[in-house]
Order: sequence, then structure tokens, then C-alpha cells
Amino acid sequence: MTITELMPFSVLVPLIASLVCALLPGRFWPWAVTLVAVIVSAVIAAFTLPAAAQVTLSYAFGNWPPPIGIEYRVDAANAFVALLVAGMAAVALPWAKKSVDKEVPERQGAFYALFLLALSGLLGITLSGDAFNIFVFLEISSLATYGLIAHGSDRRALLASFRYLIMGTVGATFLLIGIGFLYIMTGTLNLADLAERLPEVRDTSTVRAALAFIIVGMGLKLAMLPLHLWLPNAYTYAPSFVTVFLAGTATKVALYVMLRFVFTVFAPDWSFVVLPLSTVLMILGVAGMFAGSWVAMFQPNIKRMLAYSSVAQVGYMVLGVSLVSVIGLSAAFLHLFNHALMKTALFMAVGTVIYQVGSARLKDVRGLGRTMPWTLTAFALAGLSIIGVPLTAGFVSKWYLIQAALDQGQWFLVVLILVTSLMAVIYIWRVIEAAWFQERSIKQPDVGEAPLALLIPTWILVALNFYFGIDTRLTVGGATAAAEALLGGGMTP
Amino acid sequence: MSALPQLNLFTVVLIPFIGAALIALAGSHRRLREGLSWASAVIFFLAVMGLLGAFLDGESVSQTVWEIMPGLTIAFRLEPLGMLFAAMSSTLWVLATPYAIGYMKAKGYSNLGRFFACYAIALGAAAGIAFADNLFTLFVFYEILSVSTYPLVAHTGDNKARQGARTYIALLLATSIGLMLPAMIWVWTATGTLDFADGGILAGQVSPAAGAVLLVLFMYGTGKAALMPFHRWLPAAMVAPTPVSALLHAVAVVKAGVFVVLKIALYVFGLDYLRELATSDLMLYIAAFTMLAASLVAIRQDNLKARLAYSTVSQLSYIVVGAMLAVQLAAIGGGMHMLMHGFGKITLFFCAGAIYVASGKTKVSELDGLGRRMPVTFFAFLIGALCVIGLPPTGGIWSKWHLVAGAFDAGHSAIMVAFMLSTLLNIGYLLPPVVRAFLRPLPEGEKAGFDEAPWMCVVPLALTALGTLVLFFMAQSAFDLLGGVFAPTA
Repeated sequence: MTITELMPFSVLVPLIASLVCALLPGRFWPWAVTLVAVIVSAVIAAFTLPAAAQVTLSYAFGNWPPPIGIEYRVDAANAFVALLVAGMAAVALPWAKKSVDKEVPERQGAFYALFLLALSGLLGITLSGDAFNIFVFLEISSLATYGLIAHGSDRRALLASFRYLIMGTVGATFLLIGIGFLYIMTGTLNLADLAERLPEVRDTSTVRAALAFIIVGMGLKLAMLPLHLWLPNAYTYAPSFVTVFLAGTATKVALYVMLRFVFTVFAPDWSFVVLPLSTVLMILGVAGMFAGSWVAMFQPNIKRMLAYSSVAQVGYMVLGVSLVSVIGLSAAFLHLFNHALMKTALFMAVGTVIYQVGSARLKDVRGLGRTMPWTLTAFALAGLSIIGVPLTAGFVSKWYLIQAALDQGQWFLVVLILVTSLMAVIYIWRVIEAAWFQERSIKQPDVGEAPLALLIPTWILVALNFYFGIDTRLTVGGATAAAEALLGGGMTP
Repeated sequence: MSALPQLNLFTVVLIPFIGAALIALAGSHRRLREGLSWASAVIFFLAVMGLLGAFLDGESVSQTVWEIMPGLTIAFRLEPLGMLFAAMSSTLWVLATPYAIGYMKAKGYSNLGRFFACYAIALGAAAGIAFADNLFTLFVFYEILSVSTYPLVAHTGDNKARQGARTYIALLLATSIGLMLPAMIWVWTATGTLDFADGGILAGQVSPAAGAVLLVLFMYGTGKAALMPFHRWLPAAMVAPTPVSALLHAVAVVKAGVFVVLKIALYVFGLDYLRELATSDLMLYIAAFTMLAASLVAIRQDNLKARLAYSTVSQLSYIVVGAMLAVQLAAIGGGMHMLMHGFGKITLFFCAGAIYVASGKTKVSELDGLGRRMPVTFFAFLIGALCVIGLPPTGGIWSKWHLVAGAFDAGHSAIMVAFMLSTLLNIGYLLPPVVRAFLRPLPEGEKAGFDEAPWMCVVPLALTALGTLVLFFMAQSAFDLLGGVFAPTA
């Protein structure tokens, strides 16, 4: 079995496992099956990346040759994202057991089945080389995600989920309209085929409208300002494990889809000319960086604070894209990967606090630095990464982003990036100050350190944040390859 | 000295960090914690002395630890200035350890595991700064130093401490991330290297205007050098327990700041290039202004620690002036002042803490007659004050001597006048506490009689005072060491 034949199984294994999972009773087996499925998927993704970096892999489903049948087409860009998604799921699952037992005590079979569906949806979006197939997987992952968010123990989770459903459906519909327009004009849905046929018809308003629809639709899923409104509530009220998983993966995949369309389907020398994309993305990116960081500084709930911080971090990625250069795109991909690392670590630490204390409000964290030192230290260290302190992953991506800005002589962007980093200092510092330098009030219950089952995965992620801040070969290499694949027409065979 | 083993540089830097981890694990176990604090300080001291021995024998010691991104490395190298800084801070750490233990116990502070762990990390970061071979390494340890000292400033956790600590961290991080980091990236894009090199790396690589802007960015980016108007963090940091103010905010942190200034002036700009820049005179006069203005503020402070803090702001600017004069003599004088002021100021802070421990007094106006109760402390205070003012028989005179000579060399007569004025102001704010203590009677109702602080506090301050006297005679060796900066082979 070659890697090309193996690669689709990273999507199929979770898909099939979800059916099994839905039927399993109890609390142990659904989790165990999920864990196995996710690890298999991650291992396949890990083998795919080095192969895809060398030559574009193509797998035709049902042996129907590509432009007609559905094709999985994997180059460095989507292999990188797929590894990120599957890898994050694999790292998060060992952590999930305790947290899910507490927050979703019943019908765990259904819960884990939804999770597997969401995962296979996200992987499917990433690997597929067919526009309509991307839409289908997007719907699978979105519907599953709505269900997952609604599992939150707070009643407001239902409203948050409903709100996301409305916005998410609008986004998916926009994508579908865009794809429909493209189909009308070219008669094909295969991405590579689209890229070949579009140049003939691209000076029409239909194609321009298609581009606009796709960007807005994916902007919604990506939570790009001002289309981010669904995200804070969804992240805040979803079960901790769901937040951990979504924060590292969902928005990243949406960004990938947007990039795939903008850069490979419509060539960048067209899409950045016909629409003022560079300017628009730059303004939205910077606005997201500022608005997200600003609002995060005033949140009384840590989960919500981190959610707004995610809006800001998406801003960094969009900014990297808006520079339209290999180094800018590399910075975007780097931050995509590094942000997944740090946000997952942060949400895990907060989830651990929730597991022990039952709340993530800032005032309930007071004094916890002494009673839960390992959890809060993990939070502080991951916080350093999001600030972008040297020797952390966050520093590496900011370093590249600043280089990309300097490369184009955009001095003011450097200033803006640094100012928002300082804002990150403030919002992370509020938590540190509460945890170590404020006394716990007498009314609040005393709690001890969290169980190791939660601490070990959290610390593994914290360690990864530092590892990838020091050894940048994999991340920088992968991100550069991904950027080159997108810019260098990686879809043409 | 050659009897000591010569470890590689990274290992030496790691010693305090490992010590910190062990201290944190020892936590509330008092004896273990104190033993580990002693052990880390002494082992670190011996390790640095081992390096010093090798360095004086003329060995060149350097080490590249890891390449993070192509061309961007964590690398260390011994050079005269860093050697001096490391030797000074490791020596003073050994002396400060008993003081800190005694002081924290006498005042009944809690959370001592965190306290001593952060204390050790700060020293390790200072060592990393001292040995750094490129701007990036220096920046990394500079940030570690900022972050690790925050818990020390906020130690008591009350509102005042939190407020002070917030000002502290905000100013330090804002300047380093907001100004130094972009300057560093600018240098990187312009020259493709961040390594320190004799004679600088910028000459001929950037336009004169860019060089001038870079200089301003670097000087203000080094917030720890406390150039006005970014000096507020230093008085704010005085909410910390006195051992922190003494070792960190008179020695390790602030000296790291001016050390960075010297290092950047010498090895990034190079003195010849520095002299040509349009802004070097501007920075020179800002530093001279800081020197005088901070002294004027110091005179008006009644709180003893606040007075000393403003005095530090003023003295740090001596060193910045030394760097900005851009002549060899002044740069060496600046390096020496780092050492002399370190010993003098730590003595003064030790005394201030001892006074507080023994009598609970924090204000200059309350010191009347205290000299008879605490003769050792106040005698040490007098010696420390003489050193900071720059009078014999203390080491302080030599650094001022060279700074003034350097100003003369550079033809800046206005700066010479500023030095003289500042010396007068120093006398004006440092001698009154001693005069009050020895010459005025005790207030009514306070009992006379000998009443010193615990010996754990008194012995260190006597030793550092003695150190300033020894430096008076040993100044030539410091001068020779620093002269190596300009030796052709270095």
C-alpha cells in the first residue's frame, strides 16, 4: 500500500469510527475507540507530510479519473494543515477523558461520535481536491460542531450554538454560491481543473462575484473581524474539550480553504488585482489584531478572554496573507501552527482550572497560583508564547511576520504588531496577577492541584511551545514549503 | 585562581537556573531552601571566578549553544565588560544571600520559596546578559530578567506592591518590546547579523539617518538604563523587600541596563561610528539632564529608599554619558563606574534595610541620633555614600576620574561641568542622613544604647563597605581588564 492509497484513510478512519462510537455505551469505550481512531489518523497524516512535500499526491475515489470523479490532492500546504488538525486532536484526547467525564457525564457515545465527525470533516476539507466535496465536508464538520458546542453545561451554550449555526450556515451558503458560480462558468468542480479553466473566463463579473462570496464565506468560518461574532460565545460556553479542539483546528482549516481558493484556484496575480484584497485583508487583519486584543484586556472570564485573543491571532495570520509574498505566507502558516500550539495549551490550562474550580472567571482564579501551581505555571508559560517572548513558538511566528512586513518596507505594521503584543502582555498578566498576587476570599472553596491525567497533556503542549521556539526546522520548513506550494502553483501536476 | 575548574559558559549561566528550580521544589522547607540558596550563590561565584582565571590567562572562551533560525543563535563569549559585570554580580550575590535570608526572616515575609527561586533566576539572567555574544541572546536574557524580577517587586501582594510592580513590568516590557526589538530586527535586516563585533557592525551598512534613529531606539529600548522619561519603573520598584532593591535594583537589573548600553555602543555601533551620528550628542545631553534632574529629585525625597532610587537613576546616567561620549577613556570609566557604583549602592541599600529592620524607620527625617544606636550601619552608610559621591578613600573616585577625563578628551566641557554639579548634588542628598544620625540627638522618649540589626544583615553591609575601600587600591586591575576592550587582539 503506497502512501497515496493510505492518505485518504486519515479521513475515513474517524468517519467509520464515529459510527461505531455512536453505538457504544458507557464512558470508557467511546473514548478509547476515539483515541485509537485519532492516533491512526494522526500517524497517517504524519507520514503524508514528508511525501507530499516532495511530490503532489493524488488519489481518485472509486477510480474515476480526476476531473470527473472526486480527487484527494495533497501538496505541502494541505498536508501541513492536516497534520496540525490530526495532531492537535491526538494531543487533546488524552486530556479529554477527565474533563469530558465531568462536563458531559451522559451519552458520551454520541458526544465522541460528533467529535469524530467534526474531525473527519475538517480533515476532509483539508485533503479534498474537489470544490463541492469541500463544501460537503464543511457542512459535516460544522453540523457536528454545533452539536458539540450545545453539549456545554451552561444553558447559554444552546444559544451560542444556535448563533454559530446561523452564522456558520450563512458562511457555508456563501461558499456554496461561490462554488456554484464557478461551476456555471467552467463546468468543473475539480480545483486543479478549475485553476486551468478559469483564466479564459475570469474577466467576468460572475467569477469576480464568486471570489467575493468565497472570501466572505470563509471569512465567517475563520472569524475574521468583523465576521467573528459567533466565536467568543461558542468558545466560552462549549465544553472545555471542545474549545480546546476548535481553537487549534477549526479556524485554521477555514483559513486554509480561503488561501487555497485565492492562491491556487484564482492565481494571486489575478485575485489580488481584481479585488483590492491586499488592502482589505490588511485592514481587517490589523483591525482584528487590535479589536481582539483590546476586548480581551477587559474580559472577566478567562475562556472568553482567550476567545477574543483568538480573534486577534487570526488577525496576525490574515495580515501575513495580505502581504502576498512567500515570507508573508510562511509567517501565516507558521502562526497557524504555532497559534494552535499555544491556544490549545492555554485552553487546556483553563479547562483544568474549570475541572477543579468549576469556573473560569478571573475572580475565581485568585490565589490559585499557590494551590494549583502546576496548572497556573503551565498557563503562564503558554501565555509567554502568545505574547511572543523569545524561545517560544510565538516568537518565531512574530519574527517571521515582522520580517515579512519589513521586506515590503511596511514600517507601521511592525509597530502595530509590537503594540498588540504588548496588549497580549496585559491580558495574560491579569491572570498571573490574580493567580499569584491576590488572596483567595474565604467564601471560595479551597482546591488542590488537578489530576495528572489533565496536567501531563497540558505540560506536553507547553513543552512543545518551547520546543518549536527553539528547534524551528519542522515548522519553518513545513510553513515555507506550504507557502511555496500555494504560490508556486502546487496544484498543477 | 587557575585551581578552579573552567566550565563552559552555558553551564555557568545554567547554575543559578538549576538552583532556582531546586529552591522552588524545596519550597517551604526552610533549612533546605536556605542551604540551596547558599549553594547556588557560592557555586556560581566559584564558576565565575574559574572563568575569570581563564580569562586573565588570555584564553578566549566562546560557545555557540544552538541555532534557532538560520543565522540567529544563542551564543556566549567572554569579553572584558561582561567578565567584569559577571564577577561583580556573582560576588555581590554571595554577600546578599545572608542579608536576604536574615532580612526576610526578621520581617516575617512568606512565600520564600518563590522569592529565592526568582532571586536566583534573576542572577542567572544577568549572567546570560553578561556573556551574550549577540544581540538576540542578550535580548532573551534581558527579557528573562524583566519577567523574573516582577514577582519579587510584587512580593507582598498588597495593592501598593501590585501597583508598583505593574508600573515596573509595563515600562520595562514596553520599552524592550516596543523599541529594542524593532531596533534589533532593523539591524538584522540591514546587516544580516546580530553578532557583537569589535568596532561595531553598523558602520557603512545603514544610512546616517537610520543609524541616528537606531541609536535613539536602542538607548530608550534599554529601559533598564532608566534614561528619563522612562525612569519611573525604578522608584516604583522600591515597594519590593530591601534585598531585592539592593541586589537587583542597585546591581543586577540596572547594571544590566547600562551594560547593554555600553555593549551596544561598543560592539554594535562602535565608538568611531557613534561619534559621527547626529543623535549621539542628543542622547549625551539627555543623559546629562537625567543625571542632574534625578539628583534634584533625590534631594527632595524623604523616604530613604526613594532617595537612593533616584540617586541610582542619576548614577546610571553617568555610565550612559560615558558610553555616549564615544571616547575610550570615558567608556572605560563607564565600565568602572558600573563596578564602583554597584558596591557603593548595594551598601547604601543594605544599610537602609538594616535601619528598617532594627528600628522600623524609613524616612530620612526620622534618622536623628540613630547613629549612636547603629554605629556599624551608619559608618558603612558613610563609606557607601563616599563611594557613590566619588571621594577617596573609596573606589568611586576612580570611575569619576576617568569619566571626567574622558569628557575632557572628547572636548565636552559642558559635560565636565555637569559631572561637577552632580557630585555636589550627591553630597547634598547622601550626607544629610549620616549627619543627622551622628550629630543630632535622638528624639525624646526613644531609648539610647546599642541596637543593631541581626548580624546576618550587618556583616554583609560591612563587607560591601570594605569592598569599596579595597576597590580604591585595586582600581588599576579593573582598568587593565577593561582596557582589553580596545586591545587589538580582543
